[in-house]
Amino acid sequence: MSESTQVSDRTTTREQAPVRPGATKWRWAAAAALLAAAVYAPFQLVPFHVFQLTMVLIYAVALLGLNLLVGHAGQISLGHGAFFAVGAYTAAILLDRWDAPYPLTLPVAALVAFVLGLAFGVPAMRLRGLYLALVTLAIAIFLVPLLKRFEEVTGGSMGLSLAKPAPPAWTGLAEDQWLYFLALAVTVAAFLLAASLLRSRVGRALHAIRDNEAAAEVMGVRPAYYKTLAFAWSAMFAGIAGCVYTWVIGFVSPDSFVVNLSITLLAGLVVGGLGSLSGPVLGALFVMFVPSISQDINEAAPGVIFGLLIIAVMYVAPTGLAGLAGRATNSIKKTLRKG
Amino acid sequence: MAGFLQQVIVGLGTGAIYASLALALVLIYRFTGIVNFAQGELAMFSAYVAWQFTAVGVPFWLALVLALVVSFAGGMLIERVIIRPVEGAPELTVVIVTVGLFIFVNAAAGWIWTFLIKDFPNPFPGGALEMGGLSVGFGTLGVFAVVGIVMGLLYLLFQHTKIGLGMRAVSTNPESARLVGIRVGWTLALGWGLAATVGAVSGVLVAPLLFLEPNMMGGVLIYAFAAATLGGFDSPVGAVVGGLVVGVAETLAGAYVTAIGPDLKVGVPLAIILGVLLLRPQGLFGRAVVERA
Amino acid sequence: MRLSAIGRTAVTATLLIAAAACGGRDSGEAGGTQATGATGGQCAGQQTTGITDTSLKLGGIYPLSGPASAYGAIPKGIKAYFDYVNAEKGGIGGRKVEFVVRDDGYQPPKAVEEARRLVEQEQVFALFQTLGTPSTTATWDYTNQQKVPQVFVATGASVWGTDTEHPWTIGWQPNYVSEARVYAQFLKKEHPDAKVAVLYQNDDFGKDLLGGFKNAISGTKITIAAEQSYEVSDPTVDPQMRNLAESKADVFLNVTTPKFGSQALAADAKNASWNPLHIVNNVAASITVLKPVGFENVQGVVSATYYKDPVDPTWAEDAEMKLYKAKMQQYAPDADPQVPYHAFGWAAASSFHKAMEAAKCPTREGLRDSVRNLQGVQVDMLLPGVKLETGQGDGFPIESLQLMRFKGERWELFGDVIDTRKEFGPLTG
Repeated sequence: MSESTQVSDRTTTREQAPVRPGATKWRWAAAAALLAAAVYAPFQLVPFHVFQLTMVLIYAVALLGLNLLVGHAGQISLGHGAFFAVGAYTAAILLDRWDAPYPLTLPVAALVAFVLGLAFGVPAMRLRGLYLALVTLAIAIFLVPLLKRFEEVTGGSMGLSLAKPAPPAWTGLAEDQWLYFLALAVTVAAFLLAASLLRSRVGRALHAIRDNEAAAEVMGVRPAYYKTLAFAWSAMFAGIAGCVYTWVIGFVSPDSFVVNLSITLLAGLVVGGLGSLSGPVLGALFVMFVPSISQDINEAAPGVIFGLLIIAVMYVAPTGLAGLAGRATNSIKKTLRKG
Repeated sequence: MAGFLQQVIVGLGTGAIYASLALALVLIYRFTGIVNFAQGELAMFSAYVAWQFTAVGVPFWLALVLALVVSFAGGMLIERVIIRPVEGAPELTVVIVTVGLFIFVNAAAGWIWTFLIKDFPNPFPGGALEMGGLSVGFGTLGVFAVVGIVMGLLYLLFQHTKIGLGMRAVSTNPESARLVGIRVGWTLALGWGLAATVGAVSGVLVAPLLFLEPNMMGGVLIYAFAAATLGGFDSPVGAVVGGLVVGVAETLAGAYVTAIGPDLKVGVPLAIILGVLLLRPQGLFGRAVVERA
Repeated sequence: MRLSAIGRTAVTATLLIAAAACGGRDSGEAGGTQATGATGGQCAGQQTTGITDTSLKLGGIYPLSGPASAYGAIPKGIKAYFDYVNAEKGGIGGRKVEFVVRDDGYQPPKAVEEARRLVEQEQVFALFQTLGTPSTTATWDYTNQQKVPQVFVATGASVWGTDTEHPWTIGWQPNYVSEARVYAQFLKKEHPDAKVAVLYQNDDFGKDLLGGFKNAISGTKITIAAEQSYEVSDPTVDPQMRNLAESKADVFLNVTTPKFGSQALAADAKNASWNPLHIVNNVAASITVLKPVGFENVQGVVSATYYKDPVDPTWAEDAEMKLYKAKMQQYAPDADPQVPYHAFGWAAASSFHKAMEAAKCPTREGLRDSVRNLQGVQVDMLLPGVKLETGQGDGFPIESLQLMRFKGERWELFGDVIDTRKEFGPLTG
């Protein structure tokens, strides 16, 4: 694959518009409103919908990590389901074999995924574009038989069943609400972490590499170092999402993490929109809700609708739903201003 | 020793299957500069088209020709209708469109023809050639022959025709190609059409061996990717050699390396892809790309 | 001015939450309703969610998308059965059955979501079948916490019967261990010192059957000469078959799912220097698996079964088979009645019919107790002599199979129906 296949060339810089003073205020107000809505939601919704939103949060964290790699470092991964699985299994094994307390599983899962990400990131930094996609795809496929091989630890193909964290009595919350708030807390922390990461030296270096690697190198940025780091960070977020997944679903098995998961995650991110913070959330909503909507439309072959919807979104909004939402709100504003 | 040689023969047989799909991947890459994740599913769909013709009574070889024609037209149509609108979009958008196409084509085949195995006619005799204690199925020999022919034709197309030159220009630099008068859009559509045709040959060849159902090509895809990577993504000879090497390596690793065993042999394409990309990114037969900032 | 990223998300998410809240608030808490005293003394206080005097709502979860979609044919047979019973028999005990099918793509987290949708949103009376061991394992903690019956799950893992902590979940088809015992018993009689080569799928199904077989042959002169596994993601099992051929075993046990079953049968037929007795497990024994290989290549292959094969001419004049074919034509005109998955669904649905009729109370508890206390219930789609039998310490409805051998263009049953309970004693965890 030649120069032209890099994502980096044409992935955009649209999120780096200068922030005006008014916009900052708007942004904080919007974030506060969103958080308030998210806190209020579980008391208004039936448990089933609370559970669905919890899954959305989990996917959002995974997509946030993938976005670091794809949207900000310009690398394609078709194997992020593997790191998701690593986080999920790390938590499951800690709980199953050592009865570890739940809060402990999160940092351990994050650490294991980070270290593995670093290990894979070293060869990955030398690959670009679709080559990295092929390698990560092969990793995702390889993981399933690997999990079955170490049966004593992973439970083999039967997987591991675990108890879910019980809500402490003082909260007065139902199990679904408690799990939702755990996921929400992790998600908020993950978004803050990602945002500060991107504002830091690392984020600036990644953008420089994505937009013009040679120029960045001339200016003293070491692409290999930062790309490896991006891969590791990105794997860590996927691992965190996997850990929360284990809390919420209470069951892991190799069949939960087949290659379809990785492909769906990447598709979800691109459909949601690369490079922005809203993209992962919109992508998570897509990953969570569109398959069941597809089934409502065509019960005989849900895949026909799901495939078409992916193509249709790319057709209507080549830069993802986030870009589309941006365009829509802009045009609404224009209309309002005229009227 | 005979056992070992027999394993090599089995490996070459599966390798030929990987090679046939790798040829289609290489073709579309040469024409359009993208990796088409839906290539295997399109090949599967073409095999169903051929099956449908035979099911209504068309003789096999005529059904094959009809399926190739339908596939060529279908490939061009896909380029025109589905790929064209996202042509100027980021690379990744096109990749995701092919992923969507993958899901769509797989489900559509199941919807039309159900997920049960279809009775696909075998164009080659069922027996095996016995020689010095070794046996090679006639079906496998047939696959070898056809893959060889397709490889030769592609080589001629790439190296000795004006179209081949044009498509190389398009995939290297569409803007410059347009300036020197090459019809870029037409070339891209032609690439999709030809790749779909080669894919159809692959689908029809492997359907009697793997048994025709919508997920027939799902498992082949990663091995075909490994084959194309090993051979160099732009060389038809490389795709075939790569396919055979991958097939033999996978079979021998599964049979003789106990740490790998039959369950972990899907790690072989992973190791090959990774090894090739780190040691010789252009593959065995590919051309090295010189980067220009 | 343009909206910030967070702003956009806020707008979208708020709208979504609002929409979800509006849609969901009226469906209330997922507790369901309870039987009133009027229903009768012993049933008072039991759960009656999803059931009225005139209706009965069931939910099933199957892979309608993804790699396991072939099994998506099963609910078609079930739907045809319920449509027929609703239209011509007035439903089950006067209750019209509504069967809601959801797709999990064979993915456990999706199965959890769909189980909760069915129980909490659709308010079904019971889950009638979840397909596959992973999806069932992912959901059974939930269904048992909620005390929702999860009956006749479509997987043969032995854990559904041996487990004691999930009384609301029960299997239906013979478990893989029972099936392995039938083959072991056959070999003990016919080939007492057989050397067996095994090809098995590397998952719960393959390992359960292989493990059961190994247990059943322990203490006999039968030995395992070679074993090879494959992954569902493998394109072909030819290399594995090559390895097995080198063992020169005299029996080949083929523990595969349909496509790989065909491949293994074809590889065996192609290899002129190795001609073992070929035993193919029930999952891959359908005519639809054998036909693509060519009938001339599968003569003498042995398998075991428990329900009537619609393709088998033995049942051409069988009353239930005729009914099945006529009603499939009428209520599921798109579905081919020859497909054994449809017959499987029909048999499971009519088993449910019998179990529901036998329930003492029209409640969830009533159904749970009924499926755990089936006494020699005859289901006409099952082979003559195969009956549903459960009770204290026995959570396996079907444990009998009959051997069959392929001859000409069809399976021929031979020997008696083998009740593995009697031959080997009850199966325990």
